[in-house]
Amino acid sequence: MSDLLNYIILGIPFGCVFALVAVGLVLTYKTSGVFNLAFGAQAFVSAAVFYNTVTNHDWPLLPAFIVSVLIVAPLVGLILDRALYRYLRTAPAIAKLVTSIGLLIAIPEIVKLLPDFDFLQSSVFNPPTIWPNPFAYYHFGDYVLDGNQVATLISTGVAVLLLSVLFRYTTIGLQMRAVVESPRMTELAGINADRVSAFSWMLSSTFAGLAGVLLAPLFAQLAAPNFTILLIAAIAAAAFGRLTSIPLAFVGGILLGVAQGILGGYLPADSILANGLRPSLPFVVLFLLLLFWPGLRQRREIVDPLSGVDPPPPGLSAEQRMRLLTYTTWGLGIVVIAVGLYVALFVVSSFWLLIITKAVIFSLIFLSITVITGMAGQISLCQASFAAVGSFGTAQLAQRFDLPVLLTMVIGAAMAAIVGALLAVPALRLGGIFLALATLAFALMFESIFVPLDWVSGGVLPTKVPRPTFLESDRTFLLFALALLTVVAIGVILIRKGTTGRYLDALRGSETAATAIGINPARARVVAFALSAGIAGLGGGLLAIQENQANYSANFQVLLGLLWLVIVVTIGARTVEGAVQAGLAIAFVPEILKTLGLSPSYQFILFGLGAVTYAKHPEGILEFNKRKSLETVQRWLTRGKEPPGAEGGEVVPARPEPATIAAANPGGNR
Amino acid sequence: MSLLESTEVCKRFSGITALDAVSVTVEPGEPVALIGPNGAGKTTFFNCLLGILRADRGRVTFNGRDITRLPVYKRARLGFGRTFQRVELFTGMTVRDHLLVAERSRLGTGRLWKDILNLAGPSAEERQRANHTLDLLGLLNVADEPIESLSLGRARLVELGRALMTEPLLLLLDEPSSGLDQSETMELVGTLQTVQRERGTAILLVEHDVEMVQAFASRLYVLDFGVIIASGPTGEVMDDEAVRKAYLGELV
Repeated sequence: MSDLLNYIILGIPFGCVFALVAVGLVLTYKTSGVFNLAFGAQAFVSAAVFYNTVTNHDWPLLPAFIVSVLIVAPLVGLILDRALYRYLRTAPAIAKLVTSIGLLIAIPEIVKLLPDFDFLQSSVFNPPTIWPNPFAYYHFGDYVLDGNQVATLISTGVAVLLLSVLFRYTTIGLQMRAVVESPRMTELAGINADRVSAFSWMLSSTFAGLAGVLLAPLFAQLAAPNFTILLIAAIAAAAFGRLTSIPLAFVGGILLGVAQGILGGYLPADSILANGLRPSLPFVVLFLLLLFWPGLRQRREIVDPLSGVDPPPPGLSAEQRMRLLTYTTWGLGIVVIAVGLYVALFVVSSFWLLIITKAVIFSLIFLSITVITGMAGQISLCQASFAAVGSFGTAQLAQRFDLPVLLTMVIGAAMAAIVGALLAVPALRLGGIFLALATLAFALMFESIFVPLDWVSGGVLPTKVPRPTFLESDRTFLLFALALLTVVAIGVILIRKGTTGRYLDALRGSETAATAIGINPARARVVAFALSAGIAGLGGGLLAIQENQANYSANFQVLLGLLWLVIVVTIGARTVEGAVQAGLAIAFVPEILKTLGLSPSYQFILFGLGAVTYAKHPEGILEFNKRKSLETVQRWLTRGKEPPGAEGGEVVPARPEPATIAAANPGGNR
Repeated sequence: MSLLESTEVCKRFSGITALDAVSVTVEPGEPVALIGPNGAGKTTFFNCLLGILRADRGRVTFNGRDITRLPVYKRARLGFGRTFQRVELFTGMTVRDHLLVAERSRLGTGRLWKDILNLAGPSAEERQRANHTLDLLGLLNVADEPIESLSLGRARLVELGRALMTEPLLLLLDEPSSGLDQSETMELVGTLQTVQRERGTAILLVEHDVEMVQAFASRLYVLDFGVIIASGPTGEVMDDEAVRKAYLGELV
């Protein structure tokens, strides 16, 4: 009995950190509609500043704490709001989520490039604690807590107390709640939404900073991914508070910490359960909460009731193109591909041949994002896991049953498709950011539970995959990969133009209207999910064959999967060219940076900050520029002629006046 | 047998009774209207009929079949067509595409393998049916325009056309006149009458515009605070002193 109590008490300080992060997440979500996945990166900034001042410059603890948590952290929040989120306030929640994923990738790399912070380039060990005596232990009756745990308890208590006072007794607290309901309406009521939003960003960023400084000593090493993974774990606590209730999120955080403490205490030390279940508990909880917590499921994401006054997004430029231009583009495309292929096969060195092959394989994987994000309009953060399923399937079946590798690649893709469909069936009741979070939880569950298992990944060493004899030359392999890419790309284009694509278009345009003409939304999306997972699995299998091994940690980690998404949506998720160009980018940009002698950090900064454009141009910068240049060329070609299809009457957006929207659709359930 | 029959449908939202034992019937081919002041529960009732909300108690039958627990898209396949108060169109599609998608959904022949083999293009018959409906609604000259370039009146006609392509037995129209001026409204009434006459489609209209209701519906239900307070032939209900005074005010 006293054992149990002991584990509970040991879990509470950890739960406090979860609670702090969860409260901060709910705070930004409530006040700016941003589900801020970059929270971990913000925490990392404060932890890095604290480390730098204390360990490298021997500052006393108090000024270091003040600078890192009370000055730098709010400043980061202020910068994010002023430079970025202020312009996104009326953007859809999903666009804001993508933006925050971009920041999650970019911010730590930016910090590493700062003048005094190059120590982060190599591994940094033993982060300092904020408690004056790091080796002290304190006895409370029969229970023992260390200094950092005591510091965590005290600072969490103070922070939460201050926050509740702020919300309950101040005007700004009330205004913060109004702004998120509808920034435009709040401004009509004479409140400066800008100021309120800046304040709430500074506040939540302070929470991130505090959590970062408290968390750092719990890891042996100061590294950004630790913070990000822990932050995602804390989403489970936020989900417990239905993403909107601060007190519930706080309770959820404490419960999560306690549950982990109990599991840690009772599970046998070196068992699979202890190694797999304990670290993955938050992701399992998050996944189950998202799927089965009724309060969350029925909750629609926060949408501005006035968002309907914005003009709808334009269609694909390819659909408005003149026929002559279409043929010209196709002709040019074939010439470019032919020249590229000639150069790849006969001109460049074998090193660049491999890079080009990598680009082709990643183009294939990225087509899966074209299907799920570009066509079905859903953000999936577990495409890398699907690719990993394909890769493991290819490797394991080939090794254990001695089947031909090309056959196991196809079976691996089918397995990925089945996993995708099984995930989609429960997850698709969720929409928008909840689906994105569920896929993220799934990816982390997969990573922490299944990947370590022998029968999945082959254990510590990646499983070997033999290449079929006719593909042993790298040149034939490139041709094979290119052929596979072409087949899948044509398939994707045909599906986009066919019934399935039309249904998905309709569902994206208006789900209510699509169901009202008899389209089954769940079925259409399960098909899209399975298709997308299958394509990712095929690409993963191909990658395994090319590399002769199914290498999870090098290719399919969750954070790499986030990078994939960010690259594809930045360049263009709607089109096949977008996927291909994203494939070229992920293969070539690191090599180009290396050739130029620049730090690899730049690629993460480039792609991460690129994702920021998603909110402005959800179709991708590629598609955006294509439309603009197309308009220019067509204007130039049709100079002096009648403008095609100009209707005499006035042009009214497809949605009526705002008053009707607000009245007819409270909550804007889209 | 009535086409649509709702029996004592009740719906409560956390303590507020939005619908209290609402019973409505619609006969095949009949134009019926449901009126009532704002907040009377018209839209809630509509959503219960369509399956967007689930009634707490009561039954809805359609063509003799109990559909109380059926999801929205299955009701649509049984023969429900609807339009929206706030126009809901598919952005990025042309007018013709809207109709063709609805037609394909009615036929239910869309299969993934057909897409991949490039057999998913609209057949001659599908095109012809779409053209027929476009012609009926006077939309032929804008058939290949993107939906974003249409005026609100036209956009409502596209919604109507999309609903008609599914060959509904019953059309549910949610305040089709909102946002239209008087001449546009009367044009819409004309079109609806043609549809009802030519295709024998029953129409249930939820409306504010009393003039439109009088011009169109043969029977009327008046809903207030979740209760049907009057029903009968349009003329009689309109002349009812209580209805006039309490719910139509000085409008008439």
